[in-house]
Amino acid sequence: MSYLPYALAVWIFLCGLYGVVTSRSLVHLVVCLAVAQSSTYVLLLSVGYVNGGGAPIFADVPKGTRAVDPVVQALTLTDVVVSVTVAGLLLALTIQAKKKARTTDPDELAAMHG
Amino acid sequence: MSRSFRIGLFGASAAALAALMLWSVAGLPAFGQYHHEYGRILNASAPSERHVTNVVAAVVFDYRGFDTLGEEFILFAAVMGIALLLREVNERRPQPRDDVGSDALRLLGVGFAAGLLVLGLYVVAHGYLTPGGGFQGGVVVASAFLLLYLAAGYRAFHALTPRSGVDFAGSTGAGGYAVIGIVSMLLGAAFLHNFGPLGTPGTLASGGSIAFLNVASALEVSAAFVLLYTEFLEELAAVRS
Repeated sequence: MSYLPYALAVWIFLCGLYGVVTSRSLVHLVVCLAVAQSSTYVLLLSVGYVNGGGAPIFADVPKGTRAVDPVVQALTLTDVVVSVTVAGLLLALTIQAKKKARTTDPDELAAMHG
Repeated sequence: MSRSFRIGLFGASAAALAALMLWSVAGLPAFGQYHHEYGRILNASAPSERHVTNVVAAVVFDYRGFDTLGEEFILFAAVMGIALLLREVNERRPQPRDDVGSDALRLLGVGFAAGLLVLGLYVVAHGYLTPGGGFQGGVVVASAFLLLYLAAGYRAFHALTPRSGVDFAGSTGAGGYAVIGIVSMLLGAAFLHNFGPLGTPGTLASGGSIAFLNVASALEVSAAFVLLYTEFLEELAAVRS
């Protein structure tokens, strides 16, 4: 059972990837990409977990209390910000695709441009 | 490539990828058993070395502050890209209509938006003391303006977030972060090295330059998200008309 959180991250990643491959709409595709990226949050946070550790915040607990790794938490924060900005940029591109090609189906977009 | 062939190909390669990934994660230390020195040392020394109680904030704005500079500019570049893609050349695009009809809904919504704004500022200000920080608080501040749009309509949203002000706040946040790094260099330390009085742990006056970097990132994040909302809302209005 001690590897279950890592296996969960693999599972979420593959679910997102499946969504991207079978997507019928660019909006759906962007959401699936966000799902795939969220697997990295699970992986990072579970790698940094320490048995019995609390949050690495020592506002109301004494210094030296057992806490989880703060570095992977900071990396996850970066990860979330990048995920949101990429989703926003891709949705803006989707709007342009809809305007220019009148469709958001990736298969039809590919057919139009050979 | 036909759709069924593509899905079949994906199935085969995903099975291989899953096997590879499971094999690689099996080589990781068991869940909860990972004791990396870097994290342990930071947890032990950051509170006394930097006088902050939130070690994650110390990592983001101090020990790995240079990474955050890159992150800020990814955000900045992405929002610039969105504005470039969606902003029309002519400024005569139609403004979104005010759809809110109920006065009770408007009053309640504006009240909640004000509360959310205060909560966002609180999360920003206490970022290096308790859970929170410039990024998290900045998003909460921006969502207060989004709630204002939902409750009071686009006109109120636009009046409180004039484009020139939002652009200025975003640029000041992104540029200010880099300027604080350069101030460290002028004081004879490395780029983004913590400077300033470290203050009393557990109070707002602590952490040295972490506090300034925290505010700079909050400015940039909230402005970036407000700009993002504005672009998509105006696009929506252009499609509807």
